[in-house]
Amino acid sequence: MKTRDLAELAGRNLREAVLRNSLTTLGIAVGVASLVAMLSLGVGLQNLATDRLSRSGLFDAIFVTPRSNFPGFDAPARQAPVPTGPAAPLDEDARKKMASLPNVAEVYPEIRFPTEIHYDGNPYATVVAGVSPSARSDGAFDDMKGSFFSGPAANEAILQIDLARQLSTQPDSLLGKEIVLRYAERQALPPERGDKNSSPNGYSIVPREEKLRIVGIVETEPAAGIGGFGRGRLLIPLQVAETLRAAQTNDLRDLLRDTPSQHSYESLTIRVNGTSHVKDVEDAIKKMDFTAFSLLDASRNLSIVFAVFDLFLGIFGSLALVVASLGIINTLVMAILERRREIGVLKALGAADRDIRRLFFVEAGAMGLLGGIFGVLLGWLIGRAIDFGTNTYLTRRALPSISIVAVPWWMVASAIAFSVAVSLAAGIYPASRAAKLDPVEALRYE
Amino acid sequence: MERAITRANAMTPPGAEPAKTGIAIRTDRVARQYQMGETMVRAVNEVTLTIRAGAFVALLGSSGSGKSTLLNLMAGLDRPTSGAIFAHERNLAEMSSEDLAKHRSHTIGIVFQAFNLLPRMTLEENVELPLRLAEVDRHERTARVREAVERVHLGARLTHHPTELSGGEQQRAALARALVNRPTILLADEPTGNLDSATGDQIMLLLSEINETLGMTIVMVTHERPRAERFAHRLITMSDGKMISDGGPA
Repeated sequence: MKTRDLAELAGRNLREAVLRNSLTTLGIAVGVASLVAMLSLGVGLQNLATDRLSRSGLFDAIFVTPRSNFPGFDAPARQAPVPTGPAAPLDEDARKKMASLPNVAEVYPEIRFPTEIHYDGNPYATVVAGVSPSARSDGAFDDMKGSFFSGPAANEAILQIDLARQLSTQPDSLLGKEIVLRYAERQALPPERGDKNSSPNGYSIVPREEKLRIVGIVETEPAAGIGGFGRGRLLIPLQVAETLRAAQTNDLRDLLRDTPSQHSYESLTIRVNGTSHVKDVEDAIKKMDFTAFSLLDASRNLSIVFAVFDLFLGIFGSLALVVASLGIINTLVMAILERRREIGVLKALGAADRDIRRLFFVEAGAMGLLGGIFGVLLGWLIGRAIDFGTNTYLTRRALPSISIVAVPWWMVASAIAFSVAVSLAAGIYPASRAAKLDPVEALRYE
Repeated sequence: MERAITRANAMTPPGAEPAKTGIAIRTDRVARQYQMGETMVRAVNEVTLTIRAGAFVALLGSSGSGKSTLLNLMAGLDRPTSGAIFAHERNLAEMSSEDLAKHRSHTIGIVFQAFNLLPRMTLEENVELPLRLAEVDRHERTARVREAVERVHLGARLTHHPTELSGGEQQRAALARALVNRPTILLADEPTGNLDSATGDQIMLLLSEINETLGMTIVMVTHERPRAERFAHRLITMSDGKMISDGGPA
């Protein structure tokens, strides 16, 4: 029988027992909806986590420090120290070299120093951290009060909420106010007179003050990059932090080097254009004789965790579809009993076993297709309901809205294909049973 | 008296295969046995017969005599336990189930006592069904359905469902469905069994007309000897699975 005739006959048969077939199709739809809802939740959560983590700068960042001869606590105790020569300085030259590497978006130092701020005549001890312009998109500043720095060199500050509460019982009132930042500036010393052997470049520490305008208050402590500007309570533009030349802990190391006048960084953070380039850049940095570290492996593990998570959600979601497939078997077996005589007539009129088998397959496949389409629609609606419920809950707690459910096109296509495949598999037994019916027996059936 | 009809099939369009001539059906010690519990039932017990193309044969016998089983073997709906059964010299016993389906589709037309029209289909759709199964082109179907329906005088009832037709009309519709694929052999299992006497006679006249005008071989199972003697050319009587008599009408 030609496919079109087969489809017409199958459609006619499905319409004949419309209630039963509709209920069976609804069963499949519920199964597919359960699968789609579970998977869309898994994928949505994965997207949310990936998005949040990538925006945090953890996965496209490489943390660079000077090579250290310190063996570390984990090194074997009896291992003989291997002379490796002096470590390459992590200075301005190295920073420029790194910035010129392909796929490097930004190279910035970690600037963090202790300070004392004065507000309303009272001193407060805290830690200042420089914030790179790219941190604006990190997500940490999404829900801040006030605004981000107006420019890279603006004398402005963003306070972490704990510090703001120390300064005022009404933190919001601090916006637009001025604070005085007191810090220790590192100043290079001239060579000592008449002493040819003395070091030409020592340095002195000089107290300084800088006025800053408070432009924002941030709830969470931003942590862009590995060891980025976390633990800083007072955030200022990175460029401003650099021009302050505030004394930092690694200044002591500079003093002991052969060229103490040359400022070096304690660490640099490299932002890469996309996680796929992290490994290449990391390898290039290591070749430059620096220690480089990224969370790439951690992100890989995250993908594995989500793959397993999705797999289990998919398995649980599929259970309902398996139950629905039993409904298909039941419906088609009932159809065989009801249409026994009709099958006999069809065979008497020239239908081959193959035609009968295909007829039942098409009926099973059609129920699977319709059930799949309705199921995807239902699953999407369940997803929207989960999103709506979640966001209502978050809004009541004054938290930002998120989307935890995602139904990508591949999931729509896969769910419908899976539904059809399961339905066809469920149709195997009834179809072959119908095909094997003895026409003489079938024609005798009343 | 057996009569060989050799003229071309009147329904066959120019260029199509002409009606088969010679021997339509031949059986050689054909047998069909059933196991019923511990008893072996010999429904057809080594029957040997030859039916010439164009013949109108009535298979007579009481209930359980094996006449319907023999008809099912001729139709290819059943397979013999032993012996051979040929339709146009092709041994049905050796055919695959796929070939048997083709045999039922192209060579055989079947009419049942219970009509067996599909109730949810209209008369037109019922008659079209064998054409769908035989994969006849859609454009050709309409004309062939109309031709078959006109032959049984039901042209005005095309859109009616079986439940809207009388018994006689239903059997005529079943006859149109059996003819639509232009078979060379028409098998009828008690075609007047569910009809009153007058309607039954109409169906028999129709079968006679088809036999004479189309040259189609007809094998009809019936237990009504008087009616068989009026219309059939050859009467074969069966009892306990065996052929006990074979001859013309009295």
